[in-house]
Parts: sequence; C-alpha cells; structure tokens
Amino acid sequence: MTGEAEKLPSSLPRPHGELQALEQAWKAPTGWRLFSAVNNSQVGLFYIAVSLLFFVLAGVLGLMMRAQLALPDSALMSAQTYNQVFTMHGTVMMFLFAVPVVEAIAVYLLPAMLGARDLPFPRLSAYAFWAYAIGGLAFFCTIFFGVSPDGGWFMYPPLTSKEQSPGLGADFWLLGIGFIEISAIAGAIELIIGILMTRAPGMTLGRMPVFAWAMLVTAFMIVFAFPAIIAGTLLLELERAFDWPFFIPARGGDPLLWQHLFWFFGHPDVYIIFLPAAGMVSMMVPAMARTPLVAHRAIVAALVAVGVISFLLWAHHMFTAGLGRYAMLFVSAASFAVAIPSAVQVFAWIATFWKGRVRMLSPTLFLLGFHFIFVLGGLTGVMVAVLPFNWQAHDSYFIVAHLHYVLIGGMVFPVFAGLYYWAPVFNGQRLSERLARWVFGLMFGGFNLAFFPMHITGLLGMPRRIYTYAGDLGWNSLNLLSSVGAFVLALGVLLFFVDAARVVFKKKKEHGNPWNAPTLEWLPQGDYGVRSIPQISSREPLWDRPALADEVAAGRHWLPGTHSGGRETLVTSWRNAVPRHLLVLPGDSWWPFIAAIGTAGFFLLLTVELVAIAFACGVIAVAAIVVWLWQTDNPPHAASAEVADGVFVPVGARGRASHSWWAMVILVCVDATVFASLVFAHVHVSMAAEVCPPPGASVPRWGWPVASALLLLAGSTAMAGAQALLGRALKTGVWLLVLLAMLCLLGALGVEGWGHHLAGLRPAANAWSATVAALLAWQGFHVAVLAVMGGYVCARSWAGRLRADARSTLDNTAVLWHYVTVQGLAGMGAIYLMPLL
Amino acid sequence: MSALAAPALAQLQSVLSPAGGAAGTIASLSWVLFAGAALIFIGVMGLLAWAVSRRADARPVRPMRWIIGGGVLFPLAVLASLFVYSHGRTPGWLAAPPPDALLVSITAHMWWWEVRYRDPASGQDVTLANELHLPVGKPVWLGLNSPDVIHSFWVPALAGKVDMVPGRVNHLLVEARQAGVYRGQCAEYCGEQHARMALHVMAKQPAEFDAWLAAQALTAANPPSPLLERGRQAFVAQRCNACHAVRGVAEEGRLGPDLTHVGSRLYLGAGTLRNQAGAMAHWVADVQAIKPGARMPSSSDMDAGTLAALAAWLEHLQ
Repeated sequence: MTGEAEKLPSSLPRPHGELQALEQAWKAPTGWRLFSAVNNSQVGLFYIAVSLLFFVLAGVLGLMMRAQLALPDSALMSAQTYNQVFTMHGTVMMFLFAVPVVEAIAVYLLPAMLGARDLPFPRLSAYAFWAYAIGGLAFFCTIFFGVSPDGGWFMYPPLTSKEQSPGLGADFWLLGIGFIEISAIAGAIELIIGILMTRAPGMTLGRMPVFAWAMLVTAFMIVFAFPAIIAGTLLLELERAFDWPFFIPARGGDPLLWQHLFWFFGHPDVYIIFLPAAGMVSMMVPAMARTPLVAHRAIVAALVAVGVISFLLWAHHMFTAGLGRYAMLFVSAASFAVAIPSAVQVFAWIATFWKGRVRMLSPTLFLLGFHFIFVLGGLTGVMVAVLPFNWQAHDSYFIVAHLHYVLIGGMVFPVFAGLYYWAPVFNGQRLSERLARWVFGLMFGGFNLAFFPMHITGLLGMPRRIYTYAGDLGWNSLNLLSSVGAFVLALGVLLFFVDAARVVFKKKKEHGNPWNAPTLEWLPQGDYGVRSIPQISSREPLWDRPALADEVAAGRHWLPGTHSGGRETLVTSWRNAVPRHLLVLPGDSWWPFIAAIGTAGFFLLLTVELVAIAFACGVIAVAAIVVWLWQTDNPPHAASAEVADGVFVPVGARGRASHSWWAMVILVCVDATVFASLVFAHVHVSMAAEVCPPPGASVPRWGWPVASALLLLAGSTAMAGAQALLGRALKTGVWLLVLLAMLCLLGALGVEGWGHHLAGLRPAANAWSATVAALLAWQGFHVAVLAVMGGYVCARSWAGRLRADARSTLDNTAVLWHYVTVQGLAGMGAIYLMPLL
Repeated sequence: MSALAAPALAQLQSVLSPAGGAAGTIASLSWVLFAGAALIFIGVMGLLAWAVSRRADARPVRPMRWIIGGGVLFPLAVLASLFVYSHGRTPGWLAAPPPDALLVSITAHMWWWEVRYRDPASGQDVTLANELHLPVGKPVWLGLNSPDVIHSFWVPALAGKVDMVPGRVNHLLVEARQAGVYRGQCAEYCGEQHARMALHVMAKQPAEFDAWLAAQALTAANPPSPLLERGRQAFVAQRCNACHAVRGVAEEGRLGPDLTHVGSRLYLGAGTLRNQAGAMAHWVADVQAIKPGARMPSSSDMDAGTLAALAAWLEHLQ
C-alpha cells in the first residue's frame, strides 16, 4: 500500500468548526453529572474501577481465611463467620470481579480498538454498570451485618434450602447475584453487536484484533451459559419462597438437578473469565516482542474451539456424585480435549516471543508470570480430568491450588499485564517500571508460596471449606507457608494500587504510542474517539502504515465530523466491514442510572421482604426504562449522510440491518436458553418419577392446550399484520392489531392456566407439578412483559412516533412476540408429551 | 483392640500413603501424573526461557511446526496415551457387590457418621458411629446415603471420595491390605461444622474383626457399681435417650449416635475430641464450646456428681 498514490477517504482542508462540533457532541459531563454519562469510554473506567474494588474486597476476605488457617485449631473466627467469608470470597471474586472486570476492560478498550466512536448501546452499558455497582456493593455489605450467604459460592441444595438455611443469606445470593447476571448479559449483547457492526471500514473479521475475537466468543458464551444459572436461581428461590420442591427428594425433586444447572453455567464461566485474558495476551505478546502474532488464525480457531468444548464438560465438577460410567468417560475425554486449543495458544505465544526481540518491560514480566502459572494450572487441570485422580483430589486443597493457578495465572496476571500496558490509554502516563519489578516479584513469589503448597496439603487429605483443622494431621507448616504467601501477594497488589493512585491523578497528556504497538487504540483519541475513523487494510495498521496516526488526526479518514450534530458512529457489514449506514447514538441521560437504582432496589428489598417499597422501586425502574426508550427510535434527521468524500450512506436502518433488531434476537437466544433449562428441569424430574405425572397430579384435557395454541398463533398473526400495515401507513389498523394480539396472548395464557387449575395443579405437592408451574410462570412473565411492550407500541402509535421510517419499536416487539408464541407451544409440547413417553 | 486404642497416634489421611486397594492404584497413577507434568512443565518453561532470551536471527519461524507439533500433535499424543493408561487403572464401576463382600451401610448426618453392620449371628443391625472397622484383605461394599444435606465419604487411604446425596444411595467398594488406623473426613461442604466431621477406619485381621463385631452386637452390660448405676439412671433422667440409643437400656433415640459401645471409640464428636480420661465429661458439659452448632446442647448446668456418674457409665460402655 503506497500512501502517495492512494486517495484517502476525506480530503483536506477540513471545514471550519468540524472538530469543535465533534467535541461539543461528545463532551464528557463533569461534576455530579458524571452519573448521567453513558459513553462507554467513561462508563468503562467506572466499571474497571468498581470491579477492581471488588477484587480488593474479596482479596481481603481471602486474607482473613488465610489468617484463620495459618494455625491449627485457630479461634480467630467462628465457623459461622468463616463460612460466610469463604462463600463471599468465591461469590464476589467470580460474579463481581472476574466476569465484570473483563467486560469492563472490553467496553473501555474495544471502541478504540475497533475504531468506533462508541459501541451501539451506550445507555444499556450505563444501566448494566450501575445495576452491577449498586447491587454488588449492597450485596457485599451483608458481610458487615453477618447476614451473608454461607452455603458456598456453588449454593448446593439441600444445604441452601429453606429448611437448612432459613436465614436471609441464601436469598441475598439468589436475588442479588441473579440480577447481576442480567447485567452481564446486557454487557454481552453490547459487545456482540458492537464487535460485529461498528468496526472501522476495512477491518474484516480476518483483520480484527484477537482481543475482539476473544470478547466475541466470550459474549456468546455468556449468552448461552448465564441463562442456566438464571434458571437455577429462579427455581431455588421459588422453592425457598413457595415450597415448590424442585430439589427436595422426598417430593420427587433432585439435589443434582441444581448441580447440572449450576455447572452448565459454572464451567463455561471459567473460560468466560480466561478467554478475554487470553485475548489480551495475544495483543500484548506481539507488541512486547515487536513482531506480528504467529499463527493468528490458529489462535482464533482455538478461542472458538475452547468456547464450544467448554459447554461439554460441566459434569466434571460432579465426578464424585455418582453419575453413569459412560457420561463420566465422555466428560473426562472432553476435559482432556480442551487442553489442546489452550496448548495451541501457548505455543503460538512462545513462537511469537521466539520470532521477535523481546523487551523486558512491566507487561512482559506479567506475561511471563502468566505463562509459568497458567501452564502449571493447565497441567493440574489435566490431572483432575483423570477420573480416579479426580476422585481423590476433588474438593480437596489440591483443587483450591489448581483453580487459583488457572484463575489467578490465567486471568489476574494477564489483567495486571494489561493494566500496565493500557494504562497510558487513560491519561497518557505510564506506571512506574521500577516499582513494577517489585510488584511483579511480590505477586509472583507470594502467589506461588501461597498456592503451590496447597497441592500437597490437598494430597495429604485436607478438604476444602473447613474453618479449622487438628494439629496432628501434618498440615501445619504447609498452611503457615500458604498464609505467609497470601500476605506477600497482597503486599504486591497494594504496591500496585499505590503506584496506580499516583499515576491516576497526574495531568492528562497525549498518549502517543508508548510501546510502538500495532493496533488502533494507540491512535490519538479524544472523548469522541478518533478524529476520523481509519480505513484499515491489515492486521497491524499502525506498523504497516506509519502515517496513519497523522492522517486520522488530520481528519483524512471516515466520518471526520458529526453529520447530525449529535453522537454518531459508522455501522459496517459484519464480515468485510464495508460502510453500511450512519448510526446516531443516544446522548448522556439520567434515566439509565435511575432505572438501575430502581432495579437494584426491587431485587434487594424483595430479599428483606419490604414488598411494597420493592414494587415501588420496580415501577420506577420500568418507568425510567420507558422514558429512556421513548427518546430513541426517532426518524432519521436526513435520508443519507456523506461520511467520506462523495460517499453517502443511509442514516439509521430498519429490520435486519438494524443493530437493535439483532440485539433483540440475541435477547431471544438468552430467553430460549433459560426456557430450555426449565424444560431440562421438567424432563429431569419427569424421568426420575416412577409414573409421570406422579400420583395426584394430572395434565389438562387436550382441548385446553389446543385452544391456547390457536390463540398464541392468532396473536402472532395479528402482530405480523400490524407490521405489514405500518408499511402502508394505516395508523389506526396498526394499534388495533397490536391490541388484538395482546388480547389473544392474554387469552392464551388464561386458557392454559385455567386448564391446569381444573386439572388440579398444586406446585408444592411434587417436583413434577412444580416444574410445570415454573414453565407456566416463565411464560406468564413473558406475557406480562409483552403486555407492557404492546401498550408501549400503542402509545408510540397514538403519539405519532411510530412511523414507516421509525418502526424499530414495532419490529423488535414482534421478534419477541413470535418467540413467545414458539416458547408457549414448546412448553405445552414438553408438558403434554412427557407423559406419553 | 487395645493396640488400636494406644495413644500417640499419627493420624493418616494421605492420598500418598494408601492402605492398598483402589487407593494404592490411584497413588501409583498419581506419581506417573506428577512425573509427567513435571517433565512437560520444565520442557515448556525451558522453551519459553530460550524464546525470550535468545538473540533474534534470520531464521524464519515455521508456525506450522510450532502450532501443529507443539500445540496439537504433542498434547494429542500425551493425552491419548494418558486416557488409555488411566482408564485401565480406574477402579470401581461395579453395579453390584462381589459375592464375598462385607456389606456396610453408612449414613452421613450433620455432622457425624452412622455406620451399620449386620450381625451374622443374630441377623440384627449393629449400629455404631464415626468408626468403620474392616477385616484386612476382604472387599467391603459400602452403601452411602444422607438424610439431610450432601456429604461426601472420603478416606484417602482406602479410595477416592463418593458423594452422599439425599434421595440416592451411592456405593463404594474398598479393601484394606494393611492393618492400621486411617482417618477420613467429610469432603462436601455440609454447613457449620463441616470441618469437624471425621471418621476413623480400623483395619484389622479377620479373626479380630469377627470378635469385635460379635462384641459390638452385645447389648450394654449391667453396671457393676452404684456409681455406674447412677450414671445409667442419669442417662434416662437427663433425657439423653431422646436422641441416643444404648441397646439394652433405651433404644428409641435415633437422632444422635448410638452409644451402646461409646466407651470403646477412639474419638468423640466425629473426630473432634480424643476419647481419653476426662473427655466424656468435658464433651457432655461443653459440647457447644468444643463443636459449636452441633445438634446437642451443652449440659453445663448438670451437677458435678451426676455428670461424673454419667461420664463414668458412658466410658464403661466398652
């Protein structure tokens, strides 16, 4: 590519005031208005800060555990306190640190890395962040009142049932964590759509940075893994609140049902944490070795392979629970297989080091530490995939050692490497290289001192989750070593934060390209992202085109200003990144923040049974979301916009070209996976029952489901009719048909419910009836949501805001509507066909 | 039996000191795993160190050699052979007990173990707590279940662990090849006192075992002295029998451990307190201080005379 001969997308000189308009549109709010910020580069910073706060808080809990276990028969903590502390340590690390921090780094870095001004749903990101921050902090505070959950982060019933855990702790876990999972899913939707639709022109999938690939795979994994735990928490909370016996064997339930649902989420979750870190490593290794990544394609293939295989091995957490022989062998083999794509990545990184000239700077130190720890953790991972070895190692300190090697090695060290590496993106300042050697030394040494001895302690028979141990078991000196190591590790982390605090308050300066890295986040950036969105023609644009930074800053590439006067970014085709349309983004708003407070209030106050205030909060949340949405889906300010010299693209898009339509499709995938988990629960208890339905229970006569199915289909038909009419501008017909669809849907639910009422459905009687009721409740929840959405569509129509050129509200509602029809039919299929098998 | 009760006991709960049987197979497999992992780890780290420190030269990198060779073929070969090797050394998989096996039923409670044998002489169940006695060299088929929450049976010297899940009965075949005392501990988190839920396995010669089982099948002997008689009366008067059975005295209590031969046990409170002089009185008076949350109230308000008599009688239940 020769710079001189080639014509750049935009020509000089740029019009007067273009940059000022861009700056004005993207101006960051200051002072207390920061809470209304929605730009991912700002929210991402809050997000990273809060997730690191949880890392420190959960780390302190870990230190408390190590203090207690330093000596045998220690009286530092009571068993009750210790059990809350270890439960919170695991829960906070997994749900409030590990997954959020990788999503946070992604929403912060990806717009810059992809050349987007922002990701497509900034308000959704803001909402997800505030819900997480408020809910997470409130959840953490339970530890100060001694009402934290104490059933372990895995929450196995029957220990967490109402009978065995009557206190509030388990409810805090189920409701608190339940809605933080929703926030993780919101982040995943933002990432998928952002990565697939807002890349810089020319950044084909093949040229996309590996971190974006890793986040794409991760986000899809979140979409399919988190629903299982949402279903699980839903069932356990229903059991606790209404005595629906999903997990109570005396009434046909099964404690292992929870384990299946939990680990179907829990195992992919480990890779949801690891893959983004692996993606970061694949960005940093080439920069530090000053050479392109070896085997880029193989690494991408490995990421995808890990993502897929990780869904096949959830049962390896259940090797001692008495599963069938062939199921165990299959899962054992799959657990072996997942080592191969990880080995591919490790060898590609080593080969990149080999090829290049390595600079021994702070990120490199943490990358080498990562290799050391992660490879060891991977090897012990293969060991525990060996069935007989697993039977001994399972639930012993060997596993504690293994999981910390994999998670701290596989994720915390890469994240720290990343903090050193990407710190200049924040304010142009680098962290201290001299201190970095101390930080790394303390963290690496402390980590190995703390966790290596645990392999041996575990083999000497020390089980996990014990608050104390006798002094004559031969575990004393190993435990003392581990405790000393934990405090050394903590000292390293402390030193890091001291240095980070020093740098954060330094004056902001232009970051330039301190590591001479090849990717777009090192282009000059403002609040608006890049001055103009670069045209990309290789994987290492900053290496292959040294003039790119100057061209971009001069406004010589795409979209060098704002067309509408507001925030915009360019939408490109998902595979080849050809410019498709101009997306006008929503601006800063208080509504996502208010909606998040309402959501957090609803779930947390429900836990402490302040039902009236909880529902008031729920109403505030829904109202805030409605107001926020009301401001969106506007007719385009112009039919088309010139985004480069002579290149005009449409403003906005509809149907399958629209980002919001695809977001709804992903949401439907989430919904369908929760539903599939509930169907799995129903099938599981039906198969376990000696007769199905069990004695005393029955299914309604055939007329009821048939009538309900016809009403569902009628509703969907009416909805499709409304969509067709909107194209012909028949306004009254549109809202009449939507109302008709609502009536059909409510009727379908009513008929189905009444049939079960007549058939004598009593959910508390047995697990079969409970799962039937859960399926009905899930469908009922959707009907309620669609009732609100249908009313909202009608209101838009009455207000004249539903138009042929502003119709996403109707089209997206229709997507969910048709899904709910299919879900209703499938649910009836599961309920009525199971007894015939 | 007196040999077993000797003090200065080194407690053995190690995967790497097996008493034979399944645990022995797993221990030798483990050493193969450790050696293999150590070799691979040293190799990969050596390669990494070389890659980082070497001077760049003109030789081109051959990605295929690294990725296909190191990333795919090498792990594939290692993992495939490991899978075959380990599968051949996987103990268990039996659906039914071998014909010559001794059957023992173990029920895990929060937080102790109920162990039941069938007395070959009378056909009656013999129930004891927190101790599993085995004849050396004979397969023992354990039926494992739980009425409350999930526990896990783990005696590292005998075999891997098996979860005890309410609503299910899981099985484990064990065989001790060497006489001795082995410690085991609940391995699935089961609530407040998960840490203090141990059991001791006494592997003894078959003849010794048969004699022991016959002795355990006997009901409690009549107290030979007025002090012990007073203790026996206190057992009923203090309502200990609401939860504890002592065969021959009061048999309806089923919530707590059977105490018919509690004096013969090595430990009290599921491995919590060594059963030596003074321990019984300490336990009865201060159980909530020793094992907080245990489903037994402290009897600290019992008068000293009654407590001493009760403890003496319980110690006498050999």
